[in-house]
Amino acid sequence: MDAMDEIVREFVVESYENLDQLDSDLVALESEVGSRSLLSSVFRTIHTIKGTSGFLGFGALEGVTHVGESLLAELRDGKREMDQRTTDVLLTMVDCVREILGAIEATGAEGDLDTTTVVAAIQAVLDGEEAPAAEAPAASSAPAPVLPAKPAAVLPAAPAAAAEPVEPEPAPEPTAAEEAPVRSATESSIRVDVEVLDALMRHVGELVLARNAMTSIAAELDDPALVHATQRLALIATELQQGVMKTRMQPIDNVWSKVPRMVRDISASLGRQVRLDMIGKETELDRGVLEAIKDPLTHLIRNAIDHGIEAPEQRTAAGKPAQGVLTLRAYHQGGQVVIEIADDGKGIDPQAIAAKAVERGLRSAADVADLAPQDVFQLLFLPGFSTAEKVTHVSGRGVGMDVVKTKVDAIGGVVDVQSTVGVGTTWRLRIPLTLAIMPALTVECAAETYAIPQINLLELLAIDDKQTGVEYVGEAPVFRLRGRLLPLVDLRDVLDRTPRESLVGAVIAVMHADGGRFGLLVDHVRNTEEIVAKPISAAVKGIGLYAGATLLGDGSVTLILDIPAVARRALELQEAIGDDREAVVAETGATEQMLIVSVGEDRQVAMPMGMVTRLERFPMDVLERVSGSLVMQYRGRITPVVDLAQILGMGTTFREELAVVVCQRGDRSVALVADEVVDIVECATEDRSEVSGFGLLGSIIVRGRVTELLDLETTVRDADARFYDAQDAELVGVGSEH
Amino acid sequence: MRHQLATFKLDDCLYGIDVSRVQEALRMQAHTPVPHAPKGVAGLVNLRGQVVLLVDLRVRLGREAFGEDDEPMMMVVKVDGEPVSLLVDQVGDVLEIDASRYGSPPPTLEPALRDFVTGVYSLDDDLLLALDVDLAAQV
Repeated sequence: MDAMDEIVREFVVESYENLDQLDSDLVALESEVGSRSLLSSVFRTIHTIKGTSGFLGFGALEGVTHVGESLLAELRDGKREMDQRTTDVLLTMVDCVREILGAIEATGAEGDLDTTTVVAAIQAVLDGEEAPAAEAPAASSAPAPVLPAKPAAVLPAAPAAAAEPVEPEPAPEPTAAEEAPVRSATESSIRVDVEVLDALMRHVGELVLARNAMTSIAAELDDPALVHATQRLALIATELQQGVMKTRMQPIDNVWSKVPRMVRDISASLGRQVRLDMIGKETELDRGVLEAIKDPLTHLIRNAIDHGIEAPEQRTAAGKPAQGVLTLRAYHQGGQVVIEIADDGKGIDPQAIAAKAVERGLRSAADVADLAPQDVFQLLFLPGFSTAEKVTHVSGRGVGMDVVKTKVDAIGGVVDVQSTVGVGTTWRLRIPLTLAIMPALTVECAAETYAIPQINLLELLAIDDKQTGVEYVGEAPVFRLRGRLLPLVDLRDVLDRTPRESLVGAVIAVMHADGGRFGLLVDHVRNTEEIVAKPISAAVKGIGLYAGATLLGDGSVTLILDIPAVARRALELQEAIGDDREAVVAETGATEQMLIVSVGEDRQVAMPMGMVTRLERFPMDVLERVSGSLVMQYRGRITPVVDLAQILGMGTTFREELAVVVCQRGDRSVALVADEVVDIVECATEDRSEVSGFGLLGSIIVRGRVTELLDLETTVRDADARFYDAQDAELVGVGSEH
Repeated sequence: MRHQLATFKLDDCLYGIDVSRVQEALRMQAHTPVPHAPKGVAGLVNLRGQVVLLVDLRVRLGREAFGEDDEPMMMVVKVDGEPVSLLVDQVGDVLEIDASRYGSPPPTLEPALRDFVTGVYSLDDDLLLALDVDLAAQV
């Protein structure tokens, strides 16, 4: 029912717009008699309304537009000249249509408007009856010699009113009378040219850059008033950015709505039984992104049914229900959209993939022997790889996943696959929310700055004085990360800059590209910021290493690295290393339990769980200000409070409820406030980026999100200088209560 | 008929570009180098929020590239509707020259220039080489 309402509503909105156009077209027709294009446009409009109203069961509307269409067809085909009488009768028709639409909009039904006079009037013109002769039935065809100023007034529907057509007054103004509190369809939504939205988005992009510039200037000048004003500007810019982005957002259902039919057809033609589950239909994406994923999505769905889900008898034999399940799932995660296409079919056999890759000559047997299953799946994305045993018309023409990958790459997305033999396969696309503005990490390399799209970034690690974790395979450095060897690629080498003298102090940005991982060595990390990709000249684009350029806060131009391209370039540089780079070795590396809390909209802070005593929730108003410092009463004591938002330089924001992390030592305690407790995770904290501010040790990546590592000790000492004087012996229980 | 030409100097030679192709002339600004860029690309520069390619015209014309200590000027020209910034020694005046003074390039013109110079204007005391902007700016 709702869906029906939606359709009717759209119909009304669309028709109203078309009618406005019609009015002016008809009037223009009087001066431009016989203009083919105008007549065609008018004809199309009426034809559309007729078709849709027939479909929606609005008989009266269909009746009126039907005769109107006949008349217009004659005009269009040149069988009849446009004269004033024709114009009048057509305008009358438009008014009648408008009136019926008004009734539909208000009540959902046509109501009992009498359309016979209008129909008769048009028919009279059609039949070539003389104007004066058309007295009674065609009364409304002879209204005002001048075009009606108030179109709605001329057609008061009831035959009685039609008797005195020149009077504009008798108009009962049905729509106005029903001045309902709800806004009419036309008022609550407007159509906007996508061009306008694109231009708006570009301007917002510029604003974001200007804000970045302001922020960096404010940070330098350290003037509280300026900082305050800048924070406000930043907030507004962010809201505006989100607002404009929203206008461009469309639910993924716009693409998904065609899937059920497609699945039905494909499974029927292949003799499969498939149930389709779609979760997260309302997940919204930028319309440009949506357009770009249409084909990859279609391909993955076809593939899942063709190669994933087995024939019913095979499934029954394997002890599975005959009906396979194809699940599409979409959700937002960390500024990205994740789309999963999962089947419960036969899964992908890594050995079969490896064998096929060797057979196709894409990899040598030695190459594939050492690959971990996850890396084997990446072979699927190689051009010229198709695993279909036999070529079907549905999928498997040798163009396969590489096309999907290319398309997803093109919009800065990432695709990967997980599969278990006999259980099923899940393809996962990670797509940026919008193409216009992207979060990025700025890094330095040989005194130059480059931007790395956040979507490619997994985590940041610093190489310490002893170069812990750095090993060499032949000449090439690798990094032992949680038991696996990560190939290292020096950005200096890739960009042909002065070679690095020592690895000490360098930062490894662990990148995720082409399904594989590698560590990109940079001199250090500058910042994370939102950047706007600016178009670059073909001469620079053609180099194939840069995705674009952007402007930083200081106004300088910075190149955005195309990480998959960098990976490929690096691979050429490092052929020597071979494929044993990612050999699995024993798990090493100390990990620590970290408490993750969220601050503000999108920041995360990690702190060692070992130092946390308790997690609490309090309403915002427990906070009090005593001589400039935040405090709260906690367990009968005045406890100093540290707002993590301020540590992150975000300024205090209002929150309904606070997540409070209490550190207690003896009788002293310090409370840290954040928005939410996110999780407790095991992670290796030596794998962190450089120091990034007071009270912070750097950043680590937790579940794909950059997370600031809090220097808890310094923070606590800063809040309570005597905290650590308390007796060690009185250390209170560790983090078990929450 | 008179031709309006924006002029500039490069290695003591005087060049001219149809004035309608020139967007502006500026002093050299901070620019970002582009590793692996084709020869002649000096970098990228921020021109009022637009990222503009910087082309070292000396390299294009077969001369030695501008060095660190040089203080070239930027002549921003429109190529296919997009601005490109050409690095030149010195931006000169806009000259209005009678079309009758235009002739084909002399056979003595050095080969490196031949591709880029479409013709020559003979001035009273000098020669003005007419530059093919599209070719010169296309790296």
